[in-house]
Amino acid sequence: MRKTPLFSVSGLRKSYGAQLGCRDVSFDLHPGEIMGIVGESGSGKSTLLSCLAGHLAPDHGDVCFDVDGTGLVSTLAMPEPERRLLARTQWAYVHQNPRDGLRMSVSAGGNIGERLMNIGARHYGNIRQDACSWMDRVELSVGRIDDRPATFSGGMQQRLQIARNLVTSPRLVFMDEPTGGLDVSVQARLLDLLRSLVQDLGLSVIIVTHDLAVVRMLAHRMMVMQRGEIVETGLADQVLDDPQHPYTQLLVSSVLQV
Amino acid sequence: MTEQIITPSANDKNDTTTHNPETHNFDATDSYNFAYLDEQTKRMIRRALLKALAIPGYQVPFASREMPMPYGWGTGGVQVTAACLTPDDCVKVIDQGADDTTNAVSIRSFFARTAGVRTTEATDEASLIQTRHRIPETELTEGQLLVYQVPIPEPLRFLEPRETETRKMHALSEYGLMHVKLYEDISQHGHIATAYAYPVNVEGRYVMDPSPIPKFDNPKMSDCAAIQLFGAGREQRIYAIPPYSHVKSLDFEDYPFDRLRAPGACALCGADDSYLDEVIMDDQGTRMYVCSDTDYCSTRHERGHVGDQSDLFDSEEG
Amino acid sequence: MYVAVKGGEHAIANAHQWLGEIRRGDTLFDALSLDQIREQLALSVARVMAEGSLYDPDLAALAIKQARGDLIEAIFLIRAYRTTLPRLGYALPVDTSSMRCIRRISATFKDIPGGQILGPTFDYTHRLLDFRLAADGEIGAASKAEALSEDVPHILELLNRDDLIQEEELTNAEPGDLTREPLALPASRAVRLQALARGDEGFLLGLGYSTQRGYARNHAFVGELRIGMVAVEIMIPELGFAIEIGEVEVTECETVNQFQGSKTEPPQFTRGYGLTFGQQERKTIAMALVDRALRWRELGEDDLGAAAQDEEFVLSHCDNIQATGFVEHIKLPHYVDFQSELELVRQMRRDAATRQRRQQDD
Repeated sequence: MRKTPLFSVSGLRKSYGAQLGCRDVSFDLHPGEIMGIVGESGSGKSTLLSCLAGHLAPDHGDVCFDVDGTGLVSTLAMPEPERRLLARTQWAYVHQNPRDGLRMSVSAGGNIGERLMNIGARHYGNIRQDACSWMDRVELSVGRIDDRPATFSGGMQQRLQIARNLVTSPRLVFMDEPTGGLDVSVQARLLDLLRSLVQDLGLSVIIVTHDLAVVRMLAHRMMVMQRGEIVETGLADQVLDDPQHPYTQLLVSSVLQV
Repeated sequence: MTEQIITPSANDKNDTTTHNPETHNFDATDSYNFAYLDEQTKRMIRRALLKALAIPGYQVPFASREMPMPYGWGTGGVQVTAACLTPDDCVKVIDQGADDTTNAVSIRSFFARTAGVRTTEATDEASLIQTRHRIPETELTEGQLLVYQVPIPEPLRFLEPRETETRKMHALSEYGLMHVKLYEDISQHGHIATAYAYPVNVEGRYVMDPSPIPKFDNPKMSDCAAIQLFGAGREQRIYAIPPYSHVKSLDFEDYPFDRLRAPGACALCGADDSYLDEVIMDDQGTRMYVCSDTDYCSTRHERGHVGDQSDLFDSEEG
Repeated sequence: MYVAVKGGEHAIANAHQWLGEIRRGDTLFDALSLDQIREQLALSVARVMAEGSLYDPDLAALAIKQARGDLIEAIFLIRAYRTTLPRLGYALPVDTSSMRCIRRISATFKDIPGGQILGPTFDYTHRLLDFRLAADGEIGAASKAEALSEDVPHILELLNRDDLIQEEELTNAEPGDLTREPLALPASRAVRLQALARGDEGFLLGLGYSTQRGYARNHAFVGELRIGMVAVEIMIPELGFAIEIGEVEVTECETVNQFQGSKTEPPQFTRGYGLTFGQQERKTIAMALVDRALRWRELGEDDLGAAAQDEEFVLSHCDNIQATGFVEHIKLPHYVDFQSELELVRQMRRDAATRQRRQQDD
């Protein structure tokens, strides 16, 4: 693993009034690395992800990103135009609910093409070809390219959202419970797809989930969150096979009991 | 040209005798300032116009006034015109390309009455042309002002209804969504299905709504010798295109912008390069096509150009 | 035979002449005088003054007469007149606690210092048509009582003394002027209230009603509603003090709304505010409901996605002069645009037909 991180978080804290969202979160992410953040709902992991992706402003700490390969830059200190540019070029965000990440009134092809057009693509034929190949890549029938996502099943919508996000080859992808709300069989297929895409494209990913199977399958490293704090961190296999913190032990054992 | 509009107040004059004429001047026509607006307001609008010209295509907020005509009926254009008029000006007003449509007549007489300026129907005689929905066919020249009436100035409005968000999108040149709309058109219809108010990019920076002119007129905006000013009264926005600016209609490389007009020539003057109105002649569905620009059509006719049914020209004038 | 749409000028002149005649109605009957309108249609006059945002009962009466009783048209006439008037000065904020009340009620207390005054209200009338009015019958004068001479304190200030209601922040900031600066969003509360005070009664009524039915429910009571005359004062710099230049009739409503409180703040009531020219109870109560709903951010409430919470939606659509102009403008000629759509639809249909033929051939 290379020395310079792609993404670095230090001393992050966010609270809502008296209620704590997350605190003292620090970690580095290296290029090509996949970080899983696990915890129960209410543990603060979604708040953390929103802070990392710039959707929420943290109260303390910093979030840095290596924008052009010359070193880390604070994304919080960036003017908004730069941050928005970053968000639509080098970053991508996969929402738990595909409806939040898709334009439901725009066709599948238009959904995939939007990021391309955002960065200046102006050739309809090429955009459509890219959209077709991405439909294919996420195992959606190319024949559905002109259909609206509202006519798709939940699993198909999620795959479309992934295609829409990955079409411009972002360097860092945030995923918020990408398999949440899907049937178990659909989840397994989506996980397979995600794993192969992430490997093929060499993506760096921060993925938030309550599902340890997702972490086991995708993540290199993981962090366990409880009540807004990181209670355990390490290589994913190591943490899952030999959890040290009582809370992690509880999480792991509860999965095994099922 | 004689302008005779019965002012509503004229009828009521006799009924107001019980009222103290010192406190209210009910025969208000005489008491209004040149071109209706007070000088303060004109200065405010001129400042907005100058800013608009300095940042082509950018929508400048301005404190639009209530005008004596309804919002959506040209109050923006009327305010811009009022702020630009001098006593030496010669004004032409068109609606749908025609000088004699009711709203054009009404606005022209408003300026004839409140500013006492000369009015004309001839495009090349006018120093200021206020328009709704068309750009004249006759090429505009340096020194002329073309004032557009604009209903919805925001080209992104129907993609994103929030003003707070669209202003950000303009500031950051986030125009991808605009092309998503065009992409959707082509994927559904095989064409860009926008026939009027076709969005343009001005000088490579701001995406702008050209007002609801047919896209046939879009190319006339580019490299135009006249100053083009856009006023949206209800939405409180002014924007502008300085002379000889580059104005590009949005499109795809492989689906380039194309002008659109009814095929054929004008039945009255024979013009085959002008935008045509389709006129239904009878209940059998017989149609004829005539120039939408009435001045262009009659000028050609006077110069001896004829169409299939130019005899109609004489009968209608007689 | 082809006849071009010519003669617009003539048509307009004729139309307006006809309008003048039909406005007058059958000359068998007396023409309405402005005095009659001002005195007997006082609530119409109030609405025209409030939404026209010009306090002048005589002009409002004229506008109503000229508009044939169409109040939005009358408001429009007043607005167009008002916009040309020079600004001679800005009045000091009116002091409604020294209002000469003709009506003052509170729904939150049984009795209030200074007493509940029902005043000339439709409330508790039985809505039965009174045929005596049709027969030009006169209804006798009302009995009189001595007017109270002391000031009438605002009821909600009594709660404020005990810290039970959220304190309105005092500010000496110059309020914006909606009629002189373009509306910028997000707007200050002062500008918001200005827009609502000029806003369409029907629009605000519907929105206010929606908050009661659960679209951003804020559970309001009328803390106090008062109608009466207040003095208008203007600061004269040369004199160094303010002088009274006249009186205006206003309606003021303060609502008391529930507030859960948060971990950091103890539970407290909150308020909504409405103030309009003239006797305009319905509008003022609705205004207070909408004002309160718009304050969700400031009070740390959730955005429930309700229309009444959406500042941009409410402020962009509450003005009936803007609304009526734009809604009605679609009756203007649009044939050039329509023609271009016609051509496009024809072109697309031709293409579709060709595609279909080609598919059939394949």
